[in-house]
Amino acid sequence: MTLSLTEDQALLKDVADGFFADKAPVNAMRAMRDSQSTFEPALWAEIGAMGFAGALIDEAYGGSGMGMRAMGLALEAQARTLGTSPLFQTGLIGAIAFDFFATPDQKAQYLHLIGSGQLRLALAFDEGAHHAPSQIATRAVKTASGWQIEGKKRFVQGGNHADLLLVCARIDEGSAQDLALFLVDPKAKGVAVTPRESVDSRDWADISFTVAEVMDAACLGGGVLDPAKLDLMLDYCRLGICCEMLGLISACFDMTHEYLKTRTQFGQLIGSFQALQHRAAAMLVEIELTKSCVVGAFEALETGKDVGQAVSLAKARTGETLQLVSNETIQLHGGIGMTDAHDSGLYIKRARVLEAQFGSSAFHRDRWAKLEGY
Amino acid sequence: MHGGPMTDIETFRTETRSWLEAHCPPSMRTPMAESEAVWGGRNAHFPSPDSKFWLEAMASKGWTAPMWPKAYGGGGLDGEQNRVLQEELARIKARPALMSFGIWMFGPVILEFGTEEQKQAYLPDMVHGRSWWCQGYSEPGAGSDLAGLQTKAISDGDHYIVEGQKIWTSYAHYADMMLCLVRTDPRVPKHEGISVLLFDMKTPGIDVRPIKLISGLSPFCETFLNGVRVPKTQMLGPKNKGWDVAKRILQYERTNISASGFGGGAGLDLVEAAKESFGLDNGTLANKDLRSRITKQRMYERAFHLTMRRAQEEAKAGSEVSHYASVLKIAAAKLNQDKTELLVETLGMDGLGWAGDAYRPEALKATRDWLRAKGNSIEGGTSEVNLNIVAKRVLGLHDHQ
Repeated sequence: MTLSLTEDQALLKDVADGFFADKAPVNAMRAMRDSQSTFEPALWAEIGAMGFAGALIDEAYGGSGMGMRAMGLALEAQARTLGTSPLFQTGLIGAIAFDFFATPDQKAQYLHLIGSGQLRLALAFDEGAHHAPSQIATRAVKTASGWQIEGKKRFVQGGNHADLLLVCARIDEGSAQDLALFLVDPKAKGVAVTPRESVDSRDWADISFTVAEVMDAACLGGGVLDPAKLDLMLDYCRLGICCEMLGLISACFDMTHEYLKTRTQFGQLIGSFQALQHRAAAMLVEIELTKSCVVGAFEALETGKDVGQAVSLAKARTGETLQLVSNETIQLHGGIGMTDAHDSGLYIKRARVLEAQFGSSAFHRDRWAKLEGY
Repeated sequence: MHGGPMTDIETFRTETRSWLEAHCPPSMRTPMAESEAVWGGRNAHFPSPDSKFWLEAMASKGWTAPMWPKAYGGGGLDGEQNRVLQEELARIKARPALMSFGIWMFGPVILEFGTEEQKQAYLPDMVHGRSWWCQGYSEPGAGSDLAGLQTKAISDGDHYIVEGQKIWTSYAHYADMMLCLVRTDPRVPKHEGISVLLFDMKTPGIDVRPIKLISGLSPFCETFLNGVRVPKTQMLGPKNKGWDVAKRILQYERTNISASGFGGGAGLDLVEAAKESFGLDNGTLANKDLRSRITKQRMYERAFHLTMRRAQEEAKAGSEVSHYASVLKIAAAKLNQDKTELLVETLGMDGLGWAGDAYRPEALKATRDWLRAKGNSIEGGTSEVNLNIVAKRVLGLHDHQ
């Protein structure tokens, strides 16, 4: 168990950084925004070919089996340039959900499609503006040949482009252990997808289910999910988001650092002013502490010890640090940082979405304190 | 694990475990109050016979300085063996056998810069806790601007004569030896005229006066140096190259300060104190504002300890980690100040007692710790000086030329 990168991981990091810098630079994201596009098939195909989409899928099912640290490095690299693809929804959430819960038949049917990037998934989980696993009200009622789903999901990432939805619903109202996941075709009768236009210009949708019928085989694993396992799946998602946030943090910090070393005012580089030096150095302190929390969370997932605390620590600290760094990026750039032509705006918009996704910093401080017994 | 014969490191662990089992007295496996720490020195104070036995046992193995060469009394362990030793010590909750600035800060630079005679003269005494060292650094006119120090050493045959004044010398009133920064050339730029002298605190001409702090304690002293004669053989490193040694010691000092997270242990637990003060409401602390701020502080502390470990792992893997010293020093000061401040707030008026039976001893300690912690962002380089170091050495942001 380790907090530092192994040689293989360092190599993979270089490969991933190079790949996304080359194939998905910030300008590409800006162009997608300007043309109101939220999906690039060619990029997604290459991400599949690189083995990133299948990092969490066994080679037996056609994945690359590179593992969660590799997935984290890929997500971080993608986020650094604001690369836009279904890697998180499909490669991380989809793969973990199937790995944790699916029957052998379901795995055989879907996993090779996920790993190769041929099938895009979206998790339809939260129903309000805040991440709240305990507040899920969508219901699935047993019918003779399957299930009937009723409810409304909001803020589904990747909801417009998904080929298949993973819908979380209650199947036995009243008990705490009654959540299940259903595979639902977004084009099926009773399913209505309404796009949202969000600040990060990505694929977001609300999806309602009105007497939406699915077959028995659509229930992942065939029944109720083990709540501890579901929580662990959410922790994988949260850690994935942390990696994306680290990517944004490093991009914002590098951009600001570079500006301090090149921008001149009063006849000198602004990086020679102590007030600005201290703000930059203070950010670096926070960044170093935050990086340690993220690798600490990877370590916890590997050892299985205090996973909830480790992941909530990482999500809360990464969120706080990203907020600090994205704000400082604008302030230290001055007026240019407020213009749409500059990248700082693209980063801060994406930053706040990631901070909110799968639990804000406040959510995770509260969860951490509960797990610590207060 | 392999089924084959035990590897060297497994053998080492087994042997270490049984040696510690045999030599660490049960009373040395209990939490240690600050007053029970063993600092050694010529007039060493041992709070119990067990603490003396424990130091002698550990020193006989060289395990008070596990990674120093055996030739100078050290344990001669490599990094992996040392990690095993530390794990085994932690496993039985062994107290530190010896607290020693010598081992933490000065021995490593004597190993790096010292002559063979100096190594033989000073290192074994450190290992065995026979000498207590102090650090002659700051002066009334040279705090953050340490290199502006004025204490001078004038050549006189085979001796230097030292004249000047040091301040903030930790525990100088107990110390046997001083590592002292002196100016040996006043005509050159300030960093280039500094040397390092090692001398006995019993040398004539040294006068030590403790300074009383806002916490009521006196861990620091003023040290007056008048005509102190030091043999030239007791200069550490080349003449006028003392700044290199000084900087290296500061790195050790910052790392060492950080490693302890400024101590603060053995006191009241913040969460337990808050539960006692405010109670639980549905399993969560009833005072929600305090709960949130305590959580932020504890998360910061956890992040700090993970970063300490990461720095150690990266150092072991051969990465350049010198920048962590300042980063960790800044973070350690913040975390200890926030923690002690929150504890006093949590205790309310009970956290603001000065003395007497009306207050629990732990609460009185909380008050003193809170006041003492104000120095954490000043000693060992202020947080601002450390931010300067991060900005310049790590980020390459330089002052206007």
